[in-house]
Amino acid sequence: MGEFKVHRVRFFDYMPSAIRAMAFNSHTERLALVRADGALEIFNFADHYFQEKVIPGQDGRAVEALCWVGQRLFSAGLNGEITEYDLENLRPRYTVEAYGGPIWTIGSNKQGTLLMVGCEDGTVKMFEILKERIQFQRNLERQKGRIVSLSWHPSGTLIAAGMMDMIRIFNAETGHATHRMLVERGVGASKSREVVVWSVAFLSDYTIISGDSAGKVQIWDGLTGTLVRTHLVTKWDVLCLSVSQDESSLIAGTSEGTVVQFQFISSTVDQQEEEWVRTRTFKNHSHDVRALAHTETAVVSGGMDTQLVVRPLLDKVEKNTQESAMRKIALPHRSLVCCAKKAGLLLFQFPDHLEVWRVGESDGHGKPGDSLPVKRKPEKLIQLKGKGGDHIYSSALSPCGEWLAYSTVSSVRLYRLQYNNISITKVSKLPKDLCLGHQLCFSSDSTKLFASSRHSSVIVVALNQLECKYLHTLKPKSGSRQPVHLLCTSEDGKWLATANTDCEIHVYDLHKRKLHCTVPIYSSCPTAIAIHPTTSHLVVVHADQQIFEYSLVQKEYTEWSRKLQKQGLHSLWLERDTPVTHVTFSLKNPAHIILHDMFMFCIIDQSLPLPESKTLLYNQMTLRSLPEQERIRHSHAFKICKNFKHVMCVSLLEDHSLVVAAEPVLHYLSEVSKRAQTTLSQFAGQYIHVMGL
Amino acid sequence: MAALYEGYTLCGLVPGQTLTNSGIQGIEAERDSDHVVVTDSTRSVTLYKVSDQKPLSSWTVKQGQTLTCPAVYNSQTEEYVVVSDNKVIRIWKDEDILLDKAFKATVSSDVWRVHCLPGGEPVVLFQRGAVRLLDSLLSAPQQPIEEVLAQEEAIRWSTNIVADSQQFVIFTTEQKGDSFLYLHRLNPNTLQRYRLEREEPGLSPLSFSASYRDKHICLLYLYPNGHVYQSVVSVRGLGGDEGAQALPLPRSLLLGLPVGEGLLEAASAQLLDEAHVAVVGVPHPSAGAGKDFLCIWNTNFQTLQAGKEMAGKIYGQLWTFSNKLFIPHGKTLSVIPYECPKSSLASALGKLKQAKTEGELKQMSCVPSWNNILHGDKAQPSRPAETRKTVSNFIKTKYLNFSVQTAPVEEVQREVEGLLSRADIQDLQPLVGQLASMLVSRSLADPAFYTPSTLAQLVHTQSLCHSVCPDLVLLALERRDFFLCQLCLQFFPDIPEAVTCACLKAFIRVVIKTGEEDKEKSSTPPEPICPVGLHKAVLLNEVLLTAYSDTFLLPHLKDLSSQHVVLFLQYLQFLYLKYSQDASPQMHGLRSPSLTQIMDWVCMVLDAHFTVLVMTPEAKGLLVNLHSFVKSQVRLVSELGKIEGSLQELNKMKVKKDVGQYSIEIIELF
Repeated sequence: MGEFKVHRVRFFDYMPSAIRAMAFNSHTERLALVRADGALEIFNFADHYFQEKVIPGQDGRAVEALCWVGQRLFSAGLNGEITEYDLENLRPRYTVEAYGGPIWTIGSNKQGTLLMVGCEDGTVKMFEILKERIQFQRNLERQKGRIVSLSWHPSGTLIAAGMMDMIRIFNAETGHATHRMLVERGVGASKSREVVVWSVAFLSDYTIISGDSAGKVQIWDGLTGTLVRTHLVTKWDVLCLSVSQDESSLIAGTSEGTVVQFQFISSTVDQQEEEWVRTRTFKNHSHDVRALAHTETAVVSGGMDTQLVVRPLLDKVEKNTQESAMRKIALPHRSLVCCAKKAGLLLFQFPDHLEVWRVGESDGHGKPGDSLPVKRKPEKLIQLKGKGGDHIYSSALSPCGEWLAYSTVSSVRLYRLQYNNISITKVSKLPKDLCLGHQLCFSSDSTKLFASSRHSSVIVVALNQLECKYLHTLKPKSGSRQPVHLLCTSEDGKWLATANTDCEIHVYDLHKRKLHCTVPIYSSCPTAIAIHPTTSHLVVVHADQQIFEYSLVQKEYTEWSRKLQKQGLHSLWLERDTPVTHVTFSLKNPAHIILHDMFMFCIIDQSLPLPESKTLLYNQMTLRSLPEQERIRHSHAFKICKNFKHVMCVSLLEDHSLVVAAEPVLHYLSEVSKRAQTTLSQFAGQYIHVMGL
Repeated sequence: MAALYEGYTLCGLVPGQTLTNSGIQGIEAERDSDHVVVTDSTRSVTLYKVSDQKPLSSWTVKQGQTLTCPAVYNSQTEEYVVVSDNKVIRIWKDEDILLDKAFKATVSSDVWRVHCLPGGEPVVLFQRGAVRLLDSLLSAPQQPIEEVLAQEEAIRWSTNIVADSQQFVIFTTEQKGDSFLYLHRLNPNTLQRYRLEREEPGLSPLSFSASYRDKHICLLYLYPNGHVYQSVVSVRGLGGDEGAQALPLPRSLLLGLPVGEGLLEAASAQLLDEAHVAVVGVPHPSAGAGKDFLCIWNTNFQTLQAGKEMAGKIYGQLWTFSNKLFIPHGKTLSVIPYECPKSSLASALGKLKQAKTEGELKQMSCVPSWNNILHGDKAQPSRPAETRKTVSNFIKTKYLNFSVQTAPVEEVQREVEGLLSRADIQDLQPLVGQLASMLVSRSLADPAFYTPSTLAQLVHTQSLCHSVCPDLVLLALERRDFFLCQLCLQFFPDIPEAVTCACLKAFIRVVIKTGEEDKEKSSTPPEPICPVGLHKAVLLNEVLLTAYSDTFLLPHLKDLSSQHVVLFLQYLQFLYLKYSQDASPQMHGLRSPSLTQIMDWVCMVLDAHFTVLVMTPEAKGLLVNLHSFVKSQVRLVSELGKIEGSLQELNKMKVKKDVGQYSIEIIELF
């Protein structure tokens, strides 16, 4: 196959932010997750846990709680506001001030008609959920001390509220508190500290379960207001609880990084009566577990260490299948690195800023495995801070490296870059239509900017030295309301392809300025698309790891793609648990498709036979050990290189050298730990401030 | 095979205060091989008769005076010469009782050493490098002595050698870490200076030893790192420009001795003959780090020939006169007789190997040791008695040789038994070889004469090898003494492939003759049935265990008949199946071949007879089975091959260092 010069880039020190809250919608099987920087992420659990949507955060917005009401998603935070998200246009739809001070918790009744929030001032506020907005309805009886957690009884008549040192039960009709259950403080030194009831769950049999800062999970009888059972699960805090839908299992996340499961079973075989019994302990996190979701088959947890962990419950799934494998989702399922191939520049997207780097140079030659002497070191040319506190959604660098665009939830910004003496100029007058850009992309000759807009449309803007002119808008015929999450153009400037979260892929003819075709819809969401520079074949990789090649000229799947489907992909390929996030091609060898996921990059050589089910998929080691003549007999189309971990980008520069942006795992983990410590102190500071301590 | 015999004490030592000095300054030969003159490091010279282990006479200088060089014996004048207090040369005769009354002469410069070879004239070497014949020096004792050496140069060692009636004084010096060799020829006087190649910095030779052979002076020297070098200087080319420049002295590494932990401190290496070096103060390679060993190494094959642990401290001193080594150790000066017969490859295979196999054999052998049978665990004779016996062995040998040639079987048996029971068989190696070849040649010549138990006993001593008595195995085969064959196969390291094959043929033939009954006995089908009886299997196993080289074995294998081949393959197949089924490879205490040995034999037999086997109908099933074995082996190997790659990769991963924030690397995809 040959040798590649690889620029191994490890200076993209992107760090995901800590997970703060999550909510699972069991109807749509979507998990909503919010991070410490306010970014919201939607994962489709029905489609290989693909992260299909991201709404960037905002400076100073700390979301404390999330709540699904049907398909609608609400959040509330310490800024005292309730926000509903527009999941089609990927932006907050509106924000309502609750006037109760910082909001600690949010919940809804089972019917989805009312929303309640627990506030710092001791009130539980009810909001009516209307079609387009929410409207304040009333306060429940005001208490002394903040409302930290809330849970509505499924019947809708009673509400349990976790507070400081106690749990209150309210009558939802009258708004009066009916019971007061005192929660014991911790022993020893913490005796003098108030105990915070971080989480409550109200079950349909009127059992209340609470988790508190003294490390207890307590079972209460909600009708009589009496304590049934106490389980001490940690020395520190029980931060969150989640109950399975059938109320037979309960999980509690602790600040030790463990998740403890309780099950409602009879503790001995002959005993009829069932009770909550502590059954399992999972330790998948290094730090606080701040958010939990109990799906039908799995424990989903996240926290300070930024990783989302899906841990299948082995009594609910078939053992030794892909379904039973634990998943850790550490990095975003989209590309945060843009490579200007012609200029040898890299654009790194951080939540609040962008960086443009020039890769280094070396003039040496070396054997495989060698590190070449670096003649010119990589250089950070530009660091661009986002404006207005809104975090960056999407960004793009033109292939020539002279244009830079980025978008936030509220605007698109375009800059002109010059490198001989480095300067950056904002293009001040942008066309009005260019206000939304979920995805941004430049044409290969850098004369056009494409920005995906509402309802999967794409706005085309012409760029030249003098002005920036709106040309036209490309619209799909399907009428999908979902946002575009992938956008790419062909090298010759003729084609533009979009993919949206409805799994639709539309291809536009840019010369004719109209929709050329729609690729047959496949059940799994596309995670990466690209158009071949010479053959104009569209290569699509889906969340379920399937690969399709579609001829844009013939408007049909290519022979190779059919062969691949007929033979089926190798089982090990399908078992990989991170999506392919980028596809590119080699100009030198048109038969090569280069793609990568988090743990490997792969060069698919279409001229070679496909691996059969019995052949070794990861065969590079074996090939290396074979004499040269024998290699050809054993080689197959998938050349997989696993030298790199946490791969964020694999791109081919014009001189055919590869750029691989990857983080060393150690660096990454130590960073998490460091970050967690600082966040912890910030977090504590924030709380102390909010609590008025 | 060189051997060290039981030693005995010549005299006690009075080691110096620091214990680093043995108290002996030098030992020189006297009138014959049984007399030596020992000079201690202070005041006295003692004459010993070695075989009697007793002093004959002793001379002492006055209190306050010190002997500064070992006394030498001038055999021409029957006088002793010694130097006291560096400058006073004293000469006396055996009948002189008091040294002080003997002849004295004071010279003008400090003397380093007086050397005198038997039949040669005494030579005086001065500390500054000048050389004088003793006679000419005494004619004018105060004559000026020139300085040969440079300012900071000092003599480390010296000797003299007579080569082609030319007398040489050889000495080495050291100057600022460099070592030099001086060759001083007398009559006419010439001096040649050589520079020794440098070893690792800071290391200078611990000991030197010189010998003359084939018109070359051969210098052997040992470094603290265990390296023994040899430099050869031709005596012909000497002369020419005198001492002008130090010529580089080429050297060759003779031995790399194991040094254990750290460097050697007190060690010495002495040339014994062309092929043997005695080394003292170096650890025994198979006895840990202790350095108190006397060893004989074969320099041609770099094998350890003999080793002996010396009790007490080793001072790094070693002398050798007429097949005796003189070693001061602890508080005694021991004399150890040795023998270095001409080495053959087989005997040079060395003690090391034998010592190892001995241990193994003891575990595996199902044949009990003959010594145990004969003597049980009776205590071995006490040590002093043993030393006496050793000496008498030599006398005994002659008589034994005679009896072996002529005496009837019973007597020979008794004699040999008696000899071997003496517990020091190891010391008798050359004798055992002699005895065995005499017995074999007599047996071959006289069909009525055969001593199976005696031969077995001799083989059992493990002092024999095939090349010592090449006819032994064939004799055993001829007399159908399979037990002896087995012993030979087991104990001989060097059986030629032709002989191995002859054994195999003979064994199979026996199998076929008696095999039928064995087969009938065992009839349970699920267990693989052994195609041969138990003790034939033992014999065949012995063949399988023998070392061989397949290029030499293959032509001989072709001589087997197809019937034999099928049976042999059946047996090999049986073994293979047995092994693949059983977890434990050992079959009930039998010596059994390893799986790879079996497979190698299968392959070889197939190679040799493939075409014949293909045509033989009864071999068909066998071949099919073997094919499947081979297939499974190939699969196993290929799987292992895959793992090998990953393991190597793992290894590489460990050394992979952190490459920082950015690197440009070359990767290769296949």
